[in-house]
This record gives sequence, C-alpha cells and structure tokens, in this order.
Amino acid sequence: MKERTKLSDAIKNWEDTEVKSTVERFPERQTNFKTVSGLPVKRLYTPYDVADIDYHQKLGFPGVYPFTRGVQPTGYRGRLWTMRQYSGFATASETNRRFRFLLEQGQTGLSVAFDLPTQIGYDSDHELARGEVGKVGVAIDTLEDMELLFNEIPLDKVSTSMTINAPAAVLLAMYIAVGEKQGVSMEKLRGTIQNDLLKEFAARGTYIFPPAPSMRLITDIFRFCSEKMPLFNTISISGYHIREAGSTAIQEVAFTLANGIAYVTAAIKAGLDVDSFASRLSFFFGATSEFFEEIAKFRAARRLWARIMRERFNAKDDRSCMMRFHTQTAGYTLTAQQPDNNIVRVTLQALQAVLGGTQSLHTNSRDEALSLPTEQSVQIALRTQQIIAHETGVTDTLDPIAGSYFVESLTDEIERKSLEYIEKIDQMGGATVAIENGFIQREIHNSAYDYQTSVDMKSRIVVGMNEFVVDEEQQFAYLRVNPLAEQEQIQRLKEIRSHRKNDVVKRALSALRIAAKSDDNLMPLILDAVRVYATLGEICSVLRDVFGEYKAPDIL
Amino acid sequence: MSSSKKIRVLVAKPGLDGHDRGAKIVARALRDAGMEVIYTGLRQTPEMVVRAALDEGVHCIGLSILSGAHNALFPRIMELLKAEGADDILVVGGGIIPEDDIPDLKEAGISEIFGPGTTLQEIIEYIRSNVKL
Repeated sequence: MKERTKLSDAIKNWEDTEVKSTVERFPERQTNFKTVSGLPVKRLYTPYDVADIDYHQKLGFPGVYPFTRGVQPTGYRGRLWTMRQYSGFATASETNRRFRFLLEQGQTGLSVAFDLPTQIGYDSDHELARGEVGKVGVAIDTLEDMELLFNEIPLDKVSTSMTINAPAAVLLAMYIAVGEKQGVSMEKLRGTIQNDLLKEFAARGTYIFPPAPSMRLITDIFRFCSEKMPLFNTISISGYHIREAGSTAIQEVAFTLANGIAYVTAAIKAGLDVDSFASRLSFFFGATSEFFEEIAKFRAARRLWARIMRERFNAKDDRSCMMRFHTQTAGYTLTAQQPDNNIVRVTLQALQAVLGGTQSLHTNSRDEALSLPTEQSVQIALRTQQIIAHETGVTDTLDPIAGSYFVESLTDEIERKSLEYIEKIDQMGGATVAIENGFIQREIHNSAYDYQTSVDMKSRIVVGMNEFVVDEEQQFAYLRVNPLAEQEQIQRLKEIRSHRKNDVVKRALSALRIAAKSDDNLMPLILDAVRVYATLGEICSVLRDVFGEYKAPDIL
Repeated sequence: MSSSKKIRVLVAKPGLDGHDRGAKIVARALRDAGMEVIYTGLRQTPEMVVRAALDEGVHCIGLSILSGAHNALFPRIMELLKAEGADDILVVGGGIIPEDDIPDLKEAGISEIFGPGTTLQEIIEYIRSNVKL
C-alpha cells in the first residue's frame, strides 16, 4: 500500500513537471487518446495499473487454468500454429488445384470456402443460385464434388476447416464419406466445421432454419462427434464475422462468448454431459489494426471462457475450459486503394494473432478488397506467416507480451467490459433472445456507423484511402472466376441425378424426413443420404419442409 | 431543387450475399440526410427488388452486393425496371465490384458504382443531384 502511494505521488509529480512543461511547448496530437473500440489510452502505464492483478489467479501458466498465457504448456516452441488459408472458387476441381498449390507452398492445413448456394442449402441449378455459383467459394452439390475437392489429398494427413453453418451436418457427412472412400475412418478425421448459427443470424447472414431447429442440428452434431469423431472440432464459435460487421473488440468477445454460452446450455439441456463435448468447441476471432488491444483481446477471451466453463457450467475437465481459436486478419481493414499497402497491414495483424497465441491463422491477401486473391497474392500472404514463424524469434518464448503494464491493464478492462455485456444478455434471456429481438444486431450496427463516420470525418486515418491518396490507374491483375463454371457445374449435377439410383435416394430422403419430425439424431440419416449421392439441395429441402425458414427481424 | 418533396430510396441486397454492413450504414446515412429509406433485408431476387421499388414509389434504388454476382443481377434488375416503364428511377450500386465490370453495368443503366473508400457524403450528394423527383 505504501509502495502504491509512493508510486502514485511519483506519477503525479512527473505529470505536473516534465509532462506539463512539454505539453505547454508541444501540445499532444489529441486531447484524448482511445483505442478503436473506444477504450481510453493513458499517456503511460506503470506498476500502479497492474497492482490489483494477482499473478497466480489471473495469469498463471500456459496450459493451466485460466489459460490467459496460452493453452499449450510449450506454445510455439513445440508446434507452430496451423497455417490455413481460406480458399475456394469455381468448381471442386479448380479448388483442388489451389489446395494442392497451397500445400506445396508449405501450408499446414486446409480451409474450405463454399459458394453462397452451398452455404444456404441450394443446388447450383436452383433459381436463387443464378450468378452466385462458384463466386465466393467452391460449389458443392453432391458427394462427387467433395471427392474431386479432396482428390489426392489424404484425409488422414491434413486437418480441414470448413466454413459451413446451416448445412454443416451435410458437409460433415460428405467429408466422412470421402474419408471412407479413401479408407480413412471417421475417428481419425481432423478438422473443424463452423456450425455457428447464432452469429449467422446476428452478423453473417447464411442462415436457413429458425433458431430452435438450428440448435437441434448443432447439438445432434455435438453428440454424434463426441461418440464417433474424437479429433474433430464440432463448432467454431465465431467473433470474426461479428467484428467484420462492425463491432468493437469488446462486443466481439462478449457476443461470441454469449453465443458459446447458448450452445453449451442447449447441449446440456439435450442431455449431454458438459465434459463430453466442451473440449471440442473451438473459437474464431479477427485481428484488426489496433495492435495492443487485439493482443489483450485474445488473452481476455481465453481467461473469461475458462471462468465461464468452470464457474457457470461446472466443467471438471480443464480441457473443457480451454479456449482454442483460429484467427483471420480483418478483411474490413483492407483498402482497394494502393493494394500493396495491405501486405503491411496483414503483417501487423498476423503478428498480433501470434503474440495472442492463436492455434491457426489465415492471412488475407492484398487484393481482397477487389476480388478473390490470385495465386501470387495468396503466396505472399502465406509467406507472411512463414516469415513471422521462422525469422522473427517471437515464437521462441510463450506469451511474450505478458507483464506489459498496458497490455495487462487492457486485458483486464476487456474482460470486465465483456462480462458486463454478457450479464446484460443473460438478463434478456440469453443470446438467442438478444438476437431475435435485434439487440445484438443494433449494437453492432451502431459501432459500424460510428467507425464509418470517424473515417469519413478523418478523425481516423486510413492510409491511401482518406489520407496520403494518390491518383491510381487501377490495373491490378485480379482473379476472375471462370465464367463457365456455373454452367459446367449445373451440367455435372444433371448427369449425377440421372446416373445415381434414384429409388435409393428417395428412400434415404424419406427416412430423413421422418427422423426430422422426431427427436432422433439426424447425422446418421444425413450420412446415409450423401453416400447414395442425394444432393445438398435435396437434403436441405426436406429439412426446410419440416423446420421452416428463418425470417430476419427489421433492425434499422 | 424543391425542398418540400422528400427523396425516397430503396436500399436493396440482391442475391444470396449476407454482407450488409455497408447497405445498413448507407441506409442510415441517407435517412439522417433527410431521405425516406426502405431497406429490403437480405436475399432479394431482382423481381422482389423491382416490386418493392414500384410498391414504395421510390426515386432511387441503391443496390449492394459483395458476392460477385453483380454482372448477373444488376442488368436483370434494369431489364425488369424498363419492362415496367420505371427506368426513370435512379439506380446506383456499391460493394466489391471490379473496375473492369463498371462500363457494362453503366451500359445496362446503372447510373453510378460506389466502391470501397467512398464517403457517405459523396453518395448523399450524388443522389441529391441526380435523382428525378
């Protein structure tokens, strides 16, 4: 206490003398400094700011509850993060070539981007799919597409992340079926399905079914995988899209963890023991440009989730309290102007993710404010990760930013403010209610609007966009998706429909319909259907009939 | 310009794209600038967009798309508007739209494309000076 008073006096003395006389002669750039999330930033942080932090309780050791300093006892000294570039476009064969290129370049995991019709459960020949086939990802209609996608990629050697939500069960079933054809049984498969519907309702928009049946599909997957796929991550609870939609770092942590709470609650309600599934939950965050705040965010999220799992859900197994997460650098920070500058932005963002202890990482390519990335651009993005991993030395000690007065203080602040939001959402009745009544969407939208206003007013500088602008001849060689892909895909789909055993498909779909109306786990029935080449659209259409479709609330 | 008549704008998300950060920000900015704004929500077909525009009697349609489906969907919307004799409605677009695609979209009748980095004020001013009331 005496030490603290002494320090407080010394700080005041420094401010009254040195600082005051300097500011009188050279005013500071702003009267108030704030992070992009609105947290005040002081001139200087000292031991005074971290005096209340109990090391053992709040920080502890890597691999030990509450995991503030990381989930692995040896961190990147043991194994580097998985380098996993999100990719997919046009047809399965074209995407397979991109996957193999990335693996040849030293990528260590796969991450599949599906096109919008696939994500929303429509076949490529559906009228709503017009113009969208193969555009933002690869088109997958049947198991045959999935076989082509993983052609010559042994599924016992790679881990695969699939950004798929409403039809996650269908794509997981197809992945299992491809494994079977390769002679790899499902208990050996490693990877992640995103399977996070709450953030689709709140921020990303590729929902199909209403919340209740969506939760049922999710818990069916939790149960199925807890019994049969011990190495597979059953969900990637995603803050990334919440952040991309405009939230602050605090909202990103709060809304993501509130969604996590809703999933755990639903699974327990469905009769699962918390320790039977919780260790396979994974998370996904963005890395924006606010350097220290982002590092603090990752650390705060880990600590807060650990506390929630132990204190609220009584998890006994420490692995249930361990937050493992993927990171993607923030797409919204990329500029269409002077695109090469994005390489620098991505480098800094990737460094934050690594300093924050991410388990896997996607680095955006310089051209992604213009189009999907070219092979050359994605190679630079992957090389960025490799340079951080092999040349900087930041991987040689664990949680190297720990102990920074500023970062520890920010970590505490983000944890505290996120918890306040979570308590508010609890009072509303949980994340599902807070999304159905539009609260979460409105909070995100308000933050997005504030950010845009600050850029328009130039109170926030975006280099090359609102300052340091040059006249550019934009002749960047960006990727154009093969315009014939849509027709080729539709043609192949027609051929599959005419060659398969249609009576067997019909039986599988009828069985699925009956099960959807009961409480039976749908995973085995979906697996039966994809094995006989039922299409994604046919399976989702059965589920649409039984479950209905979600209608978004008007929040403007 | 008459100050008594309010500009009515439909902000629309054609196609399956779920990225609505930009559309919602623009909708709010136009509303704050004194216009009457109707936002369609996600997953609108060209037919739905045109029907909403006619039902609401708008002077301007703002289309937002980031999925790359603009070359299929924007011209289709213009076709339908022409068929309804409603091509006096000012139609503007925004999102991730490569520069090379812009001449053809303008040829199809899209009046202006606002790419990443456009300020809200630029959009407001463009609509104010080009809309036919």
